[in-house]
Amino acid sequence: MRHLLSTKDLTKSDAILILDTAAQMAATQEREVRKLPTLRGKTVVNLFFEDSTRTRISFEAAAKRLSADVINFSAKGSSVSKGESLKDTALTLQAMGADAVVVRHWASGAAYQLAHGGWLHGSVLNAGDGTHQHPTQSLLDAFTIRKHLVTSPLGADLNGLTVAIVGDVLHSRVARSNVHLLHTLGAKVVLVAPATLVPVGIDPWPCDVVHTLDEAIESYDIDALMMLRVQRERMTGGGSAFFPSPAEYTRIYGLDGDRLRRLPDHAIVMHPGPMNRGLEISAEAADSPRSVIVEQVANGVAVRMAALYLLLAGEEAAQ
Amino acid sequence: MSRPIVIKNASLYGDTTASLLIEDGVITAVGDVETPDDAVVVEADGLVALPGLVDLHTHLREPGREDAETIETGSRAAARGGWTAVHAMANTNPVADTAGVVEQVYSRGQEIGLCDVFPVGAVTVGLKGEHLSEMGAMASSKARVRLFSDDGVCVYDPVIMRRALEYVKTFDGAVVQHAQDLRLTEGAQMHEGEVSAELGLAGWPAVAEESIVARDALLAEHVGSRVHVQHLSTAGSVEIVRWAKDRAIQVTAEATPHHLLLTDESARTYDPLFKVNPPLRTQADVDALRQAVADGTIDIIATDHAPHASEDKDCEWASASFGMLGLETALGVIQKVLVDTGACTWRDVARLMSEAPARIGQVDDRHGRPLAEGEPANITLVDPNAAWTVEADQLASRARNTPYGGIELPGRAVATFLRGVPTHVDPTLEGAFA
Repeated sequence: MRHLLSTKDLTKSDAILILDTAAQMAATQEREVRKLPTLRGKTVVNLFFEDSTRTRISFEAAAKRLSADVINFSAKGSSVSKGESLKDTALTLQAMGADAVVVRHWASGAAYQLAHGGWLHGSVLNAGDGTHQHPTQSLLDAFTIRKHLVTSPLGADLNGLTVAIVGDVLHSRVARSNVHLLHTLGAKVVLVAPATLVPVGIDPWPCDVVHTLDEAIESYDIDALMMLRVQRERMTGGGSAFFPSPAEYTRIYGLDGDRLRRLPDHAIVMHPGPMNRGLEISAEAADSPRSVIVEQVANGVAVRMAALYLLLAGEEAAQ
Repeated sequence: MSRPIVIKNASLYGDTTASLLIEDGVITAVGDVETPDDAVVVEADGLVALPGLVDLHTHLREPGREDAETIETGSRAAARGGWTAVHAMANTNPVADTAGVVEQVYSRGQEIGLCDVFPVGAVTVGLKGEHLSEMGAMASSKARVRLFSDDGVCVYDPVIMRRALEYVKTFDGAVVQHAQDLRLTEGAQMHEGEVSAELGLAGWPAVAEESIVARDALLAEHVGSRVHVQHLSTAGSVEIVRWAKDRAIQVTAEATPHHLLLTDESARTYDPLFKVNPPLRTQADVDALRQAVADGTIDIIATDHAPHASEDKDCEWASASFGMLGLETALGVIQKVLVDTGACTWRDVARLMSEAPARIGQVDDRHGRPLAEGEPANITLVDPNAAWTVEADQLASRARNTPYGGIELPGRAVATFLRGVPTHVDPTLEGAFA
């Protein structure tokens, strides 16, 4: 594995290798000394064109626990006001000798361009590109699901499990990454969203689509329910809004105590964070014993350690 | 007095073999031509002679973006591609919305002399879609403008579109429409479909083009005027144009070489060289467009040659400008997708790329003329067996944004004559002119 750009590129054995490696990494995190010497002398750059403190500190913690040197590079700019070009940034990082670049970008495809533009030699790890992909998020989701719902997780896939993903699928890199990864791992995926937030052209995706959360709860034996964050700006903008009001969204798509109780007893509740309490998820659901939301964060560090390890140390082992 | 030129044994329109004698910019004999002593002789066995190509849709970027293209570099690219006339779109800076700007563009083209540059005037002041520009002044200027377009932007307001269609009747002009519903395409990046869904790029739905094509056809019918639809890109637009023509509405339509060859699958590389407006569509759309060109529903091929400086393409897809080069590759692409597939003959190519665009642009007194005695010697010689690999660095355009880099095209223009003057001679024929 040279880069980690999209979960669509991962085979089932790739995915299981990452999850198993993450399990090993997680085990090391319970020791007294959590730092491993594995990536000593390697330089990992966190290149963030879009603010995301959570994702950045997760990658930073992962790289540091593997003893890599970490450089945080926050690049200004947006689709409206262009800052330094992607190309010039990449050339700068190349000149600094980055072994891996963890990139978060507002533009779909930026990670792919960085990996294939011929500007830098290091590995590229996609930490979220526009509305395209966020592979480590879905890997940590899969890791969390496997840990909770599969009896002997090591080496196992997610065969037989049903995962429902609720919310703004159209603009969600988390949904896109999860549909492919969970399908590859053998799970059944159900997307739940108003038709305005389902992309045109979704037919080939390996998943079902339903338009209300109640229908999803009634029609499927849901093992894991993943609530997506709803951006406030999707509801405003007058004629450009995707749904009529926050109240209506909460009524049809929000996870409250009542819907929580109608899920199977073993079902877990997930959220990639940060949550809008009271909008897509009620406090009761978020804080219930079925919620694994805080654990997702911890698993994120283990999964990112695994990805960095496999990209950087794995490469050396292969040589 | 320049030397006479004899084009010996060319295949006229790809069907009859004959020689052409050119004297003082005019074709003076066709058939078994006697070669004058001082004549330049071009041995044209195996070459197809076509009337000089006429592009109805070119961006030359001058004035304003001379870092991307100039009238001179664009004219050279045109000559190399076999074009003897191009219609320069109005979206320059300043916009071609006054007689002053269009006269300057026209005169600069004449001064360079590599192809005739016919300016297209803006429909609205500054392309803003708010006030009609002084179309009458542009029509009666030295540039003799007959086509008006806000290309790059749709004339979106239906009342302004209606008025423009009515107003151009005064000087028998036509409104050339970039059909794009602006509201349905806010932030749009590529064709809306299965590929955009997967790539997470905002969709440009086919309906955003089709609804405007339908509206404009109905408006043209209502006021009895002429509308020309630019860069038709969807199977649905083809159906609407076919319907409009059946009703005898005065609508004409163009297709670009790239919409006849490439699909939205190209976006999977996230390489902005494939970002164009309207976007590359699906294979079903490509097939429908090819069929429509073959059956005459689509009247012409036009390039939408759109040069961009490298920094406007060497960036994130969403930040990149829309558009791709086309002048130098059009003939090769058309041979590949229409002639070599049997969908069209070279006779059809003469109609699609010279005669019909000259007629729509109302320059058919000078361009798109028959290869016959007494006609102006605007001639393109095509070598259909001169396969070549497109290399961006070798193009005459100042810009480098071709989507065909590394692709082999089956043939190319090997000589272009504008009123008898060779404006492009391929190295293989240079000996004749030594």
